[in-house]
Amino acid sequence: MLRYTLKRLVQGVITVWFIATATFIAMHSVPGDPLSNEKAVTAEIRANLEAKYGLDKPPLEQYFIYMGNLVRGDFGISFTQQNREVNDIIREHFPVSATLGILAIVFAGLGGVLWGALTALYRNRLPDFVIMFLVILGISVPSFVVAAISQLSIVNINTLFGISLLPVAGWGTIWHMLVPSLVLGLGTMAYLTRLMRSSMLEIVNADFVRTAKSKGLPATRIFTNHQLRNAILPVITVLGPSIAAITTGGFVVEFVFAIPGLGRYFVQAVQQLDYTVIMGTTVFYGAFLVFMVIVVDLLYGLVDPRVRLE
Amino acid sequence: MSATAFASRDFEPLVHTREAQSISRPSLSYWQDAWIRLKANTRALVSLYIVIALMAFTILGPVVWNVDPSLQDLDQISIPPGTDRRATLVAPYQPWDGTTFLEVTPGLRLAEPATTQSIRLLWDPVEGLSGYRIFRNLFPVGPERALGLPLAEHFSAQEVTFEDLLDLVPGRYYYSVLGVNEFGAETQYLETLVVDVSRVITVDDAMVRGLIDEAAELQLGDVLILGLHPLGTDYLGRDMLARLMAGARVSLFIGICAPFLYVLFGVIYGSAAGFVGGRYDQGLMRFADFVVALPFLLFMILFKIVFGIGPGESGIAPMLLALVVLSWPATARLVRGQILQIRQEAYISASQLLGAKTNYLVLRHMIPNTMGVILVTLTFAVPSAIFTEAFLSFIGMGVAPPTPSWGSMCNEGIKTMLTHPHELIFPALLISITVLAFNLLGDGLRDALDARMRSTE
Repeated sequence: MLRYTLKRLVQGVITVWFIATATFIAMHSVPGDPLSNEKAVTAEIRANLEAKYGLDKPPLEQYFIYMGNLVRGDFGISFTQQNREVNDIIREHFPVSATLGILAIVFAGLGGVLWGALTALYRNRLPDFVIMFLVILGISVPSFVVAAISQLSIVNINTLFGISLLPVAGWGTIWHMLVPSLVLGLGTMAYLTRLMRSSMLEIVNADFVRTAKSKGLPATRIFTNHQLRNAILPVITVLGPSIAAITTGGFVVEFVFAIPGLGRYFVQAVQQLDYTVIMGTTVFYGAFLVFMVIVVDLLYGLVDPRVRLE
Repeated sequence: MSATAFASRDFEPLVHTREAQSISRPSLSYWQDAWIRLKANTRALVSLYIVIALMAFTILGPVVWNVDPSLQDLDQISIPPGTDRRATLVAPYQPWDGTTFLEVTPGLRLAEPATTQSIRLLWDPVEGLSGYRIFRNLFPVGPERALGLPLAEHFSAQEVTFEDLLDLVPGRYYYSVLGVNEFGAETQYLETLVVDVSRVITVDDAMVRGLIDEAAELQLGDVLILGLHPLGTDYLGRDMLARLMAGARVSLFIGICAPFLYVLFGVIYGSAAGFVGGRYDQGLMRFADFVVALPFLLFMILFKIVFGIGPGESGIAPMLLALVVLSWPATARLVRGQILQIRQEAYISASQLLGAKTNYLVLRHMIPNTMGVILVTLTFAVPSAIFTEAFLSFIGMGVAPPTPSWGSMCNEGIKTMLTHPHELIFPALLISITVLAFNLLGDGLRDALDARMRSTE
């Protein structure tokens, strides 16, 4: 277990290094540079600015400086916002995105397991058809459309009751988080429901379930202790990739609901060609996702004793 | 118990016929069998028809509905489908001196019939005020006093006329006049008027737009029929149907081309890795693992700016390239796994024994046997590519305007969602239908082509 963990961690570090290098190469082949956004400057001012940001050095040296800073956890200073460190930006905006993401994953996980189990239990009956129809809808409708429609419905509901039941956009209270995180988790929830349904269907008639029934266990106990616990395993394996999907899906939801998260900030930084912010955010997100996948894989070994971590 | 009656003919030997040897059903190839199974699946078949219909919409649509998607119809901006297309012919615009009036009723009133040419408002002066503010709203003014767009401010209590010429469209407006005191603060004086605007067009305009020719004998007050827009127009007066067709070309082109290219690359990469094996295989697959670990959408955006869009370009090629660069590893992994599996099969050894060369083995046995899996991957890759395109265009990182794509149309539509929902609904609906059709078709193909992956439904 310990050896496996170490191996995965080393692999993770190498992957993060690869991500950082790819980002560096990508950013340095972008036509134009952040300084050209500024007003017309003389050659001397430009040279001074380049020296300040280290852009006058040869690319390889820049790469080593960049890597050295990364190892120390320093992502540099923003180009467009005077004297603002990328670390500060991440520290300020990431908790918002993370809160949104965690809520979405909780919604998606709970909803997916619940609906999936329900459809399997009511196979080929009305609840199954209704839920599976909604699932197909959830997979096919783009998240920004769902976001727009839900925003529209909030407006309509608020007008109907004449008071502001739910805020339409923004961030702050738990009420602000409710709808965006539901919207964000919806696609994943649909995916997990499908997965849960098929894994539940395999287990509904398994031998151990029959044994439990013949021993006279109540149906609820069989459901919670035998069926659910076994059927949930495939869901846990895809939680890692799901976290990635939800994190990036957050861009749109943050955009539509005007939430001050890191995703929205990233899009803004790209539009302004803010080198350091783009590189910092990409590497940060990349590292975050790599280690989330590792954590989920390790968790899987704990949940399912049949899986040997080698 | 009764004894069974046997006749002597029961003991005659059966005639040995040739037919007994023959196979009663025609022998089916893998693809014929798959096609029969797909046809039995109603959902998949309907999806297939939808996909064909979408192709027809994209390719044949512009032939049938030959309208330039970038042409602006300035008389009909942001109109929903099924809008009244009649316009009354009127005289050219004449400046207003504020003296005409329709009827003498107290309070805020219209001085002339409200038309898209101008709306002329008149109200009674109120003692003790030192000015007015005039607002226009598209929604009823409630108790919370959401007055809408501020149009003008008058700095005299005696100035009680206002002419609105700003972007008038047929429909209902709610005008409000708010009294302002000497300190510029709002007072209790507030009047609201509901105005229904009718569409008018001048003779000159109608000629310029080609609605009438010079020889036509027309009088003021005649009714003209404006150009037809079956699905309405967008915020710049462009025909929605033509734009949806042009957008379909972009969205489906990216949605089908990108998966095709990266699946092809993945097949080559994966089969090379799987066939060569050993240390090369390890190295190749480790590289694929790294590419998988790149945060997809972040790098999509990065690559988009790296490959750059020059002025006048649509940005389709950079997006295609970025999709291919980032998406191939999944297919490569899948194909490699398949190839490794097939390599163990006895028929490969038999073929090798008969002297088959590597090229022959790969092309004759390995690729055809993985074709089913590849086809299923391809079908599922299409909706995700369409989603990616729509997503990027939605956040403004996709195809550059004025090239329409369904995603960028959604992005434009979402801004006017409250007043003109059709601008969002149509492209969103098309994206959803396309993705749905390809998903269901993929499910059906998987069931038909690959017995091992058959879904438990």
